[in-house]
Amino acid sequence: MSTTVNLRVNGTTYPVTIDEGRNLVSVIRTEVGLTGTKEGCDDCECGACMVLIDGRPVNSCSYLAVQAQDREITTVEGVMNGSELHPLQRNLLEEGGVQCGFCTPGMIMSATALLAANPTPSEEEVRIGLSGNLCRCTGYAKILAAVERTATESAQEMAQA
Amino acid sequence: MTFLIATTVDEAVAAMSTGSRPIAGGSDLVVGARHGKFALPTDLVAIDRITALRPITTNADGTVRVGALANHAELEVNATIVGGYTALADGAALVGSPATRHVGTLGGNVMNASPAMDTGAPLVVLGASVELRSADATRIVTVGDLWTGPGRTSAAANELCVAVHLPARPAHSGSAYLRLEYRRAMEIAVVGAAASVALNTDGTLAAVEIALTAVAPMILAVTGTSSFAGRTIDDALLAEIAEMAADQATPISDVRASDRYRRHTVGVMARRAVAAAADRAHGVTISVPVNRAQGIGAAR
Repeated sequence: MSTTVNLRVNGTTYPVTIDEGRNLVSVIRTEVGLTGTKEGCDDCECGACMVLIDGRPVNSCSYLAVQAQDREITTVEGVMNGSELHPLQRNLLEEGGVQCGFCTPGMIMSATALLAANPTPSEEEVRIGLSGNLCRCTGYAKILAAVERTATESAQEMAQA
Repeated sequence: MTFLIATTVDEAVAAMSTGSRPIAGGSDLVVGARHGKFALPTDLVAIDRITALRPITTNADGTVRVGALANHAELEVNATIVGGYTALADGAALVGSPATRHVGTLGGNVMNASPAMDTGAPLVVLGASVELRSADATRIVTVGDLWTGPGRTSAAANELCVAVHLPARPAHSGSAYLRLEYRRAMEIAVVGAAASVALNTDGTLAAVEIALTAVAPMILAVTGTSSFAGRTIDDALLAEIAEMAADQATPISDVRASDRYRRHTVGVMARRAVAAAADRAHGVTISVPVNRAQGIGAAR
């Protein structure tokens, strides 16, 4: 059996015809065609598949695509401002928080949700915010630095504005 | 396979009366199905858009109704829960990761009936009951009567958990939940313990309830704690509590810990949970979750 549902991804509506049992990450990657979101453990453990649904972080490997219909889905492709990198992306590159890059989209989505809810997190709060995302390359310190730098820069911009 | 989105409880229970299974966030259902633990049910009814199942409300008589869709992220910060039912906030704050806590609901957690669930021992010591609704009846059962085994409940297949009810808290009371963990996120309790403490006006113990996580086929309520009424809360009492908890535990050995290690550490967790609950009953602020506030569990 399959059904046709509307998935709204990064502000664009995609009608997709899918089996009801399909998980969201597979539909985003193969039906919608956005491959920034990665499938890692397929077990809700690693966070590589993290997307935002209505602004909240969700492991898309363990979420049915049909459950996401008519909600706002944001993937890593949706955080850029035109062709300009999101500050989190720029700071991850500048701090050396990207090595193989497989965890990076998920890290960016978790950090985006964190900073939206808490624009000035403590180091402890950043660690908790990223606690559902595994990275096997960087040792995390540079990722934490990138998120903290993004928060600091954003606070400075707000103060100047 | 069929998939229906319900927007009212009536729609959901009608679908369940003809064999559909409910799905909220799907964090247990979808992960379990993808790993071959069980097949995804043939017919699903999504309940996550039933807004009536979301609120946490305090009734005029002081009891609290937690909608089944209240998620762990709400429970860990909700003023009613943190203020009066702190053990439940402690447990919710330890579940999984931020994503898990947003997707996972209290109703789903309760009906999944894991003996390792972090909200289970808090619900036992807080005296929680579950409201089960079917197409033609509503009944309320205590969590102790709901859980019948690992992953098993006394609920019928056509009954939907719509709320968790919490009794009013006694005067001068506090509660806490702690767990032993090897890492700080995406972790399952090695063992855990919740305590609810009520004090007499002279500071002695009026009542204490203790429940244990991951040391029995179900969350285990410790029996015999009424003998502690009237006692001063001191090291001697806490040592007796640790021994009582360890004695009543029936842990297994598995990949996470040996039975001997679990039996010893669950006593330690019980003692610390009672001490933290007593501190809170005395008005000491210990931030949620106790694990982080007291540096318990995996070190940085």
